Amino acid sequence: MFAFVIRRILISIPVLIGSTILTFLMVKATGDPLQNLKLRNPPVPRHTIALEEHRLHLDESWPAQYWHWISNVVLHGNFGPAINSTDNIGHNLFLAMQVTARLVILSVIISLILAVITGVYSAVRQYSITDYTTTFMGFLFLSMPVFWFAILLKQGGIWYNQHVASGTFYTIGEKSVFLTDNSEWSRIKDYAGHLILPTIVLSLAGYAGWTRFTRASMLEVLNSDYVRLARSKGLKPRQVLVKHALRTALIPLTTVTALDIAALLGGAIVTETVFQWHGMGNLFLTALRQLDFNVMLAWLLVTATIVILFNLLADILYGVLDPRIRHA
Amino acid sequence: MPDMKTPLADKPESPSVASQPGLSPVEREFTVKEKSQWQQAARRFLRHRIAMVSLVLLLLLMLFAFVGPHFWQFRYDDVSGNDTSQAPSLKHPFGTDNLGTDSLATVMRGAQQSLKIAFSIALLAVIVGSIWGVVSGYFLGFVDSVLMRLADLLLTIPALALAGALAHNTSGSWWVIALVLGGLSTPYVARVVRGVVLSLREREFIEAARALGASNTRIMFRHLIPNCLAVVIVNATLLVAAGILGETALSFLGLGVRAPDTSLGLLVSGAQGAVDTRPWLFYFPGIFIILIALTVNFIGDGLRDALDPRQTRQRR
Repeated sequence: MFAFVIRRILISIPVLIGSTILTFLMVKATGDPLQNLKLRNPPVPRHTIALEEHRLHLDESWPAQYWHWISNVVLHGNFGPAINSTDNIGHNLFLAMQVTARLVILSVIISLILAVITGVYSAVRQYSITDYTTTFMGFLFLSMPVFWFAILLKQGGIWYNQHVASGTFYTIGEKSVFLTDNSEWSRIKDYAGHLILPTIVLSLAGYAGWTRFTRASMLEVLNSDYVRLARSKGLKPRQVLVKHALRTALIPLTTVTALDIAALLGGAIVTETVFQWHGMGNLFLTALRQLDFNVMLAWLLVTATIVILFNLLADILYGVLDPRIRHA
Repeated sequence: MPDMKTPLADKPESPSVASQPGLSPVEREFTVKEKSQWQQAARRFLRHRIAMVSLVLLLLLMLFAFVGPHFWQFRYDDVSGNDTSQAPSLKHPFGTDNLGTDSLATVMRGAQQSLKIAFSIALLAVIVGSIWGVVSGYFLGFVDSVLMRLADLLLTIPALALAGALAHNTSGSWWVIALVLGGLSTPYVARVVRGVVLSLREREFIEAARALGASNTRIMFRHLIPNCLAVVIVNATLLVAAGILGETALSFLGLGVRAPDTSLGLLVSGAQGAVDTRPWLFYFPGIFIILIALTVNFIGDGLRDALDPRQTRQRR
């Protein structure tokens, strides 16, 4: 087991290095970072542009730039200079990650719980009204664009605030700019209030796929011989379901969940955009518009690392949870 | 499962069991018409009611998107300034926007672009992904390691961010978006195909082909890929649905299809602030996205049931 974990970590390293090279090339292809500066009217003196190029290391060759960037990140934890010279990329990224993590973690928990409950239920009662309903809802949420549903929910919240009780839902931002009572408790309440609507959006985005998966996986297990054996032994149906079937059926779900993290981060970008959160999504889109390449690089590096870590976790968990797969 | 066909007894030239002495007339011999795997799959699919309804609906949607604009009096890029911000009426069934452009025309154009992109994504990903997967799964060893690590690598970065970065510096025409999103979907297909090939390559018929002296290329393209087709078709359908959602999300963020052209995502994005005042601008494109993705998903589900009957509990 230990050897497997070590080997698996060692395999991840070249993937991570490869992804830094790939993202570097792609970010370089997004355009000239000084484009906005050069297009300024009246024109900026050539000397200033040269200074900027030097500050951002743009006057070096691409391999040199890459080396400069990656060695700074690895050795000093420094993500390099931003276009706006007063920005500290590491700090901004950290703040944005905190915001997005709140949203993503809460959504994953909620949608997993919902997905398992409905998935198991519709597998056990296959072809019942409930099964058809949840299957249809699953398909509907699978086919619903996240941004459209987010806008719909946001408008619903605004409508409720205007017509029923004002100030029920927070529809803009991840926190209030100004709080009258600056205690710890009121801040948590404020965060939670802002979380409600975006969490619903992102939960449903994840829920759809996972409940379909749980259902399929549960059906497969319920039709297997060992469950039939457990039933014919005369075990209580509940015991068969929870102890025998559910445990096996949920193993693949851990992998799927971990692998879906990248897609979920994409969903978070869209959700954050609609609700005007200052999270990872906003950070990336702003950087892309300003061609702030070091911010983009830092962003892509951090998300790639997160996704690789989750893949690693999935593989290890798979081995731990499923006794049939023992990595010698 | 196979149909009971006309008894042989009806045919004069074949020996009839029922007419033989000593056998009761109830015992009859049935012939079973030979049906290929694909005929059986087609039959199962045709019996899948939701999938069939979805298929008809999707064809109608495509007709609406591709043929509709030729018969409609307004154009999507017509900004005459007449009839601005009209609610749906007989003249403008989907209303108009603040520039007086007919919404039915823009939705038709948007659906056309979105469908074109979604299908191109699936096509590209399936063709490149199948070859990628089959090469990787057939040769194994070093080639496999390199190709699969490359797939891992592409899958580590959120596709939406990567696609946004890639499409940012381009013209934003539909084929660029299709190319970018299709390219990023390729590793998924490659992984799936590789998984199938890994089990296929050990089977006897591959061994037989190799013993007969078939070249690697021939084995891969004549024996392995056709046997992956069922899985690939199902995945292609799911990719169309994922593609339309990806494209609309990208266009919504302003990184996909750009004005003056339009897509369903761009339409929703433009209607963001108008949900209260001009709801038709927001609902119609959204509903069309959902309809396309939903029908495609249902078709994919039906295809999966038809092509891979192991996954259903009840045999059809």
